[in-house]
Amino acid sequence: MTITTLKPESAAQAADAVRWALSAGEPLEILGSGSRRGLGRPVQAGHALDLSALSGVIAYEPEELVLTALAGTPMETIRSMLADRGQHLAFEPPEGGTLGGLVASGLAGPRRISAGSARDHTLGISGVSGRGEAYKGGGKVVKNVTGYDVPKLMAGSFGTLTALTEITVKVLPAPEDTATLLLFGLDDAAAVAMLDRALRSPYEVSGAAHLPAAVAARSGVSAVAGAGGAVTLVRLEGFGPSVAARVTMLREELRADAVLARDESLAVWREVRDGVWFGGVAADGPHPNPPPLGGGGDHRGSPVSDPDSLPRSAGEGRGGGKDDSQLWKLSVPPSTGPATVAAIRRTLDVEVFYDWGGGLVWLAAPPDSSGTIRGALSAGGHATLVRAPDAVRAATDVFQPLAEPLMALSRRVKESFDPKGILNPGRMYAGL
Amino acid sequence: MKMPVPDSGVIARRREIVEALRAIVPGEGVIVDENELRAYECDGLTAYRQLPMVAVLPGTVEQVSQILKACKAMGVKVVPRGAGTSLSGGALPLADGVLLGMGKFKRILDIDYANRCVTVQPGVTNLGISNAVAHEGFYYAPDPSSQIACTIGGNIAENSGGVHCLKYGLTTNNVLGLELVLMDGTILRLGGKHLDAGGYDLMGIVTGSEGLLGVVTEVTVRILKKPATARAVLLGFPSSEQGGDCVAAIIAAGIIPGGMEMMDRPAIHAAEAFVQAGYPLDVEALLIVELDGPAAEVDHLIERVEAIARDKGACYARVSNSEEERLAFWAGRKAAFPAVGRISPDYYCMDGTIPRKALPLVLQRMQEMSDRCGLRVANVFHAGDGNLHPLILYDANKPGELEAAEAFGNDILRLCVEVGGVLTGEHGVGVEKRDLMTDQFDEADLQQQQRLKCAFDPDGLLNPGKVFPTLHRCAELGRLHVHQGELRFPDIPRF
Repeated sequence: MTITTLKPESAAQAADAVRWALSAGEPLEILGSGSRRGLGRPVQAGHALDLSALSGVIAYEPEELVLTALAGTPMETIRSMLADRGQHLAFEPPEGGTLGGLVASGLAGPRRISAGSARDHTLGISGVSGRGEAYKGGGKVVKNVTGYDVPKLMAGSFGTLTALTEITVKVLPAPEDTATLLLFGLDDAAAVAMLDRALRSPYEVSGAAHLPAAVAARSGVSAVAGAGGAVTLVRLEGFGPSVAARVTMLREELRADAVLARDESLAVWREVRDGVWFGGVAADGPHPNPPPLGGGGDHRGSPVSDPDSLPRSAGEGRGGGKDDSQLWKLSVPPSTGPATVAAIRRTLDVEVFYDWGGGLVWLAAPPDSSGTIRGALSAGGHATLVRAPDAVRAATDVFQPLAEPLMALSRRVKESFDPKGILNPGRMYAGL
Repeated sequence: MKMPVPDSGVIARRREIVEALRAIVPGEGVIVDENELRAYECDGLTAYRQLPMVAVLPGTVEQVSQILKACKAMGVKVVPRGAGTSLSGGALPLADGVLLGMGKFKRILDIDYANRCVTVQPGVTNLGISNAVAHEGFYYAPDPSSQIACTIGGNIAENSGGVHCLKYGLTTNNVLGLELVLMDGTILRLGGKHLDAGGYDLMGIVTGSEGLLGVVTEVTVRILKKPATARAVLLGFPSSEQGGDCVAAIIAAGIIPGGMEMMDRPAIHAAEAFVQAGYPLDVEALLIVELDGPAAEVDHLIERVEAIARDKGACYARVSNSEEERLAFWAGRKAAFPAVGRISPDYYCMDGTIPRKALPLVLQRMQEMSDRCGLRVANVFHAGDGNLHPLILYDANKPGELEAAEAFGNDILRLCVEVGGVLTGEHGVGVEKRDLMTDQFDEADLQQQQRLKCAFDPDGLLNPGKVFPTLHRCAELGRLHVHQGELRFPDIPRF
């Protein structure tokens, strides 16, 4: 329904645009490249504020571990610049999109368990509040406690508080080597117990996932797909000699069945990061069933050892993203992951895999499952609908509903930045 | 530094306020005796002292909630306090305020190895958490040097760091859940044993908010397995430039040490005289680089660090070959503050962060300032993350020296901002750096932060006079200036 797109070419123009929207009473949908439009609820706004022209890296100082870029800078630009100096964003975000979109969506990958999320690496921001005021928060050094930690609040706020124009992130050395231990044939509970054991070891595990049989079979990595059953993954990263030593020790301790060397390890964790087996998270808004991110679709044609093991009640090939299944991500206390899934399975036919040592459940479910899914979170945690058609996302709580006192505080926080509801209204919660 | 003018109307109602508090916390939990109140008159920033109007020591979350609610109803200010180790005056009492002491909240509530987290009450000490899980080989990573005394509630308020935070993060990176009481008595739970909270990252904004947004009554932190080994290298350099270059080269080589500390000549000499750590005395900069992790990794990296140091002109290098030796390397650094205390009647510890590349310039300018004002300065430096701790040596008994030391300290912090850094890396703004906030932030930046405060505490009753140099009423901050039709935006491309 977007009618007009405002495309500022400077932070000052971005502030002008928000001030115009404020004076005209016109809400704005905030966009970078639009690659995360399918996340959150669809924004009802007559105008878009396209920040993609605010692009470019302002400062990159590898020795200082910081990078400052305009918010519309494509992530691929940043990724390749960091890679040239052997660095990366340690929280393993998905590929694509812009830096602003990444921070606003608060995304993180499998390394979330050891390296944190976007919030942990966002050091400073500049932006325009819904009051039309340009301001900054945080700083441009890795250690800073001066004033409130506004950059953290921006991470995962989906553009509802501030249109970000510039961001400083912490960058870290990328691991020199990586390897993944594989354990075959464990059920969900046994697998999460084994991941717990790995995470309790002193070997600095940086990825801990479990793929039930039907999911593992769809991997593009032959040692995973060909295992003939469930596959549990434990990743070790770092300097070459260190990875080699830890692989030997942890393999012995966990009695692992196989080891993936660097390339296959990288490939399987990309699949885990993007949830490609379930068609990936939403890529953009307009398509009801968008293609997965990061070329994940390449894996859809992977050999499936036992096609009959795939649940079919919600339609053919649920994992391929071509049916009406919806994709959820559940963050729960890690040890409760399998029991949470078992509780959901009492009433729903769902397909899952686990990351974050059991603490992140990727869950493909039939439509209208939110009540059951959220009802199963008795041990704590939250569920987010990360792929569903626009109409569904407009009518459902995409993010975990908050207890009323917390919702009331969230509304006041929103008002403190955006009293007239100009920025991405309704993107996170109706009326917020 | 001026605190808000005490409200004589509130002080006149002291008896009524004490009665209201006694109705919530009976017996000895409400303190009115001047001698007993003396225990709360200052925190770690001892230059500033103020007796609170009354102190209250609740024992339950419900009492905290009722106290805050009652104070809000009576229009009375509240200053929360943990162990009182703040170095920035974050817990400095108010003459017309209630001092809310959280010292009774000392219980460890839950140790959950399967989810690798611990839930405690806020009065548990930082080290107390590590001690509780040490027998299973776990620890809580952030380790401020006051860890034996400081509480986790205070760590949340200040977003405390420590020597290991380059690799393991500050408090905010290690907290999973909080229970928080707002000034109106509302009890909120943020996060839990899972990662990331649903909705806005309110935990991220509360952590480091210096007691201005709410009172923390329960904390869940993640715990880590202790590294299998740790070894340290002691490196000496003929100049601070070379020391700084070595730090940059280590990081450029992809190595993030568990700890990386630098000391300048005055700090080296003071420390060596105090604890005889075996430091070389003929160097300008001393670097302690600690590598931790699996033995194979540590051995590999020690060699690489030694090679880098040689390349960068180190004139002294010694690798720890035993745990005793490693601890000896650290003994001097850890004793640096008291060691400086031995060579000077008083010292004032600063806490700015700079881009590391600016270190030589900052040290040089600091020396010039030192020469000008006649006060000596010794530097210890969290070199990995650019967090400087200049120690200004002065004598409070000499008229004017405290003021001169403070003026020198302020100039150092302004210099940190000037070179692209910040006022405080881990000690907080408190009252100490409050009036310097306008050097780092514009008025619009500070007003937006204060609007956020209004969302939590619209009457501005929680810990006022800290962090923000100018207090504004929330109604004033919230006012929107929209001029319909007056704004023209000819330049924005539209499609």
